[in-house]
Parts: sequence; C-alpha cells; structure tokens
Amino acid sequence: MTLFWHELRRGRVMLTVFTGAIAFMLGICILIYPEMAGEMAEVSNMFADMGAFSEAFGMDQLNFGEFMGYFGIECGNTLGLGGALFAALLGIGALAKEEKDKTAEFLLTHPISRTRVVSEKLLAVLAQLFIMNVGVTAVSLLAVAVVGVKAEVGTMLLLFFANFLMQIEIAAVTFGLSAFLCGNGLGIGLGLAFGLYFLQILSNLIKETEFLKFFTPFAYTDGAYIVAEKALEIKYLLTGLALALVGIAAAYWQYRKKDI
Amino acid sequence: MLAIKTERLTKFYGQARGIIEVDLQVPQGDFFGFIGPNGAGKSTLIRTLLGLITPTEGKAEIFGRDSVACKLNNLGDIGYLPSETALYRGMRVRDILTLSAKLRHLDCTKEANELAARLGLDTTRKIEELSFGNRKKVGLICALQHKPRLYILDEPTSGLDPLAQKELFAILEERNRAGATVFLSSHILPEIARYCKHAAVIREGRLLVCDSVSSLGHTGVKRVTLRGIAAPPVIEQARHMQFGESAVQFLFSGTPAELLTALSDLQFTDFSVTDPELDEIFLHYYAKEMP
Repeated sequence: MTLFWHELRRGRVMLTVFTGAIAFMLGICILIYPEMAGEMAEVSNMFADMGAFSEAFGMDQLNFGEFMGYFGIECGNTLGLGGALFAALLGIGALAKEEKDKTAEFLLTHPISRTRVVSEKLLAVLAQLFIMNVGVTAVSLLAVAVVGVKAEVGTMLLLFFANFLMQIEIAAVTFGLSAFLCGNGLGIGLGLAFGLYFLQILSNLIKETEFLKFFTPFAYTDGAYIVAEKALEIKYLLTGLALALVGIAAAYWQYRKKDI
Repeated sequence: MLAIKTERLTKFYGQARGIIEVDLQVPQGDFFGFIGPNGAGKSTLIRTLLGLITPTEGKAEIFGRDSVACKLNNLGDIGYLPSETALYRGMRVRDILTLSAKLRHLDCTKEANELAARLGLDTTRKIEELSFGNRKKVGLICALQHKPRLYILDEPTSGLDPLAQKELFAILEERNRAGATVFLSSHILPEIARYCKHAAVIREGRLLVCDSVSSLGHTGVKRVTLRGIAAPPVIEQARHMQFGESAVQFLFSGTPAELLTALSDLQFTDFSVTDPELDEIFLHYYAKEMP
C-alpha cells in the first residue's frame, strides 16, 4: 500500500483545505440558525412567492421555519457543491497528474503493476472523501449540539451519506476520465461538477427535462427531498452507482494499456 | 545470456515513426553505449524495454523475459534514469529515495546514504529547492540504490558537475565489474568512447550499426589533411570537407589506392592520413549512413 499512503500524503493539504472550508461553512450555517430562526417564517413566505426559483432549489418543499428545512437547503447546497468540487478535483487529478507532472515515468518504472496503481490511487481518492465527510459530519453534529436546536440526526446523517455517495460517483467518473488525459484536467473536472449541479437545477425548473435527473448525482442528494421524505430516490441512486462503476472500469481498461 | 534482446522491434505513434525493425543484442555484463541524434528513437526504444509503451510489432526481452508479459519481473531487475528527472514536489530527497525503495519492497537506506555521500547530495533538502543537476543525482540514486542487474541510463551526466560525472562513472564501472549490465544512452560521444565496450547508433528509427567500440573505430575511414592547397578539391569519396588557411581536411571512405589516385592530380605541399577520432565516426553516422 505504498502508493496509497503516498497519495494521502500528497493530498493532505487539499484535504485539509476542503474539509476545513466545508466544515466551517456548515458550522457557521448551523450556529447562526438561532439568530435567523425568527425571520425564517418570513423567508419561507418569500420563497413561496418566488415560483420557479424556489422550485429550482427545492425550496418549495421545505419549511424554512424549521431547522431541518433550513439545514436541508442551506447546508445541503454547501455540502453538495463543495463536496462535488472536491471529488471532481481528486478524481480528475488522480491519474492525469502523474503525466502532467512527468512523474509517471518515475512511478511506472518501478515494479508495480498498472492495475495496482489504479487500485491504490482509487482507494486513496475514496479514503480522502471518507475523511472529509467524517470531519464535516462531526463538525455539523457538534454545531447542532452547541446551538441546541431540535434536529433529526438520522435525516442529517442520511443527507451526509447521500452526499458521500454523490462524491463517490463524481470522483469515479472523473477518475475514469483522468485515465484518458495526459495534461491538466482541472477545467474538465470543475466543469463537470458545476455542469451536473446546473443539470439538477434545470431538471427542477423545467418538467420536460426531468429525465436529466438520471444523469446528475445531485438528484439523489436533493436536500428538500431527503428531509421531506427521509429517504433517497433509489432510481437516481442506482443510475449514479452504475455510472460510477463505468468510470472505474474505464480507468482500469484505459490505464492498463496506455502508452506513457 | 543477453541482458537486452530486441527482434524487429517497431513502434509507431499513429502515423508517426518511433522505431522501425530494431534488432539489438546487449550481452549480460556489457557496458553498452546507445547513441543517436534527437528524435532518432532512443527514448522510444528505452520506453519499450521498460514496458511504458507497447510495441507495434516485434518483441523485446530483458534477461530472456518478454518486455510486456514479464514487465514487473523485468522492472525489478532494472535501474532506470530518465533524461528529464521529474520528481514529486513538496517531498524531501530522503522521502523520494525511501518511496522508490518501498515501491520495490526494499530498505535501501544504507546504500542510498552511501551513494548520496559519493555524489555530494544533501538528502534533507526539498525537491523544489534542488538544481537540475541535484535532481539528476536523486534520480541516479533511485536507479542505483537497489543494485539492479541492468542499468538503463538516459543522458545520465547532463547537468552533473565534472566531479559528480567522474564519481558516477566510477560507481558504474564498479557495478559493471561486479557483473551488472550498463545501457547508456548519451549524446556525449567521448563518454561512449571512454567507458563503453559496445555501442549502437540509431538514426531515423533504424539501427545503423552495433559493434564493439574498438571495431567501430576501424571502419576504413581515414582523416586526410592536405596543406598548401589553393582550393577545396573535388573527391568523390570525401565527406565533411573543411577548408581554411591553405589547408583542407576531410574523411575519406575509399581504398588506399583510390586515395592515392585522387591525390595524384592535386597540387599541395604536405599531407597526412590518420584514423579519425571515434567522435568523428559517430558524428558521421549521425549525419548520414557510412558507405
């Protein structure tokens, strides 16, 4: 597992930055809730009058006057977008950065198989996502305990779990793309994360584009749905997991035969 | 036993030529020089031997094992230095050396420290603080510390100071005397002439010649110098003609009789015929295949 630990060591700064930033923003969101609770009824009414805009972000399904409604939208979006960007950056750089930085020649002239390289790098990506989610979840639950609001911890954990699965899907897809790249895939990774996010907004806005939910992992991390239904949309989740498997398979298939 | 053997080894990158039908044999224990101009196919051949790229046709073997099917076993026996040593930024030298050893499931700390001392490398420094030459030293120690059976070194002395160059060749000669094979790709022709037992020249993807260095120096080509001559002569078998200060020099690739016939019609005051330096012969191969 030499390469696995090497990858964790190389990624520790980005892991710290993303975990710190997302945890900080979620923590602040939760900590300021008591201050905002009184105004939330007004906010809910305001959103109710905003029609398509509210639907786009799922705000029509939740009551902002309650903590879980507030958490589902505010914190769900922060974790959703922040986690997606982190996952995309991890995935897209995993294999491509070795060629971009020309270290592939160093790595692959050691007696380590390409299958093992892909496996250990993939494990390192998943481990970093896991660590980030553990950190963010812990800080969020701590903030909930500090402010003493009435929260449904089970639903919160389900929301965090859904986001973890979403990050795995994005990381897996970008990981697959990474095997095909020789240079910097940063733009592709970030573009994909933002693109999938806006796909979800689009599918919420226009009924005719609802089928797009099958292609975006933000469909099964929709905070509004999870808080309201206390469940994940399985049909979207299964499609997402299938896409993740395709991404991982593509990474093995391409990297094993790739000329370096 | 052969350390390296290639049979009709061919690599095309799409339509672009890499190497074409290269047949090469490097005996175990040899100190082998591999030379050719930029873009000749040196790196393509090396990358194929290392399994970094898959041949389009033909095959390569390392110690009798196929370069594709037995890649991991082969890499365990090889110490490789690329021409451009790219290392992980943010790491210290000692961490890179440890990483390289761990990827081989070895602990090479003692050997790495000895090599660092001999080459004059501070292992506590960070990679981004190192000069090109010192980064090269890190790459060299990674290639040397596990004492492989075969060293494949691509331009190993570029960027190294003369003392480090001397020490590197001392180390390589020690390893070679102990039975290791050294495969040295270099542009620095005196290095090949001084240290290598055998050498091969590659140009435009094809292997032009492969022989002992001493045989390569006896190609029948002569360096002819004519003094007191008014203008450069026209001689069919003459190459690389240089004229200046009433003297002309050229390489002559014909027979002694043909040379005497060619000179008999010319007006000059003095002349000499010598064997060319090995560098000149290699340069001749670089420019155009010898007749």
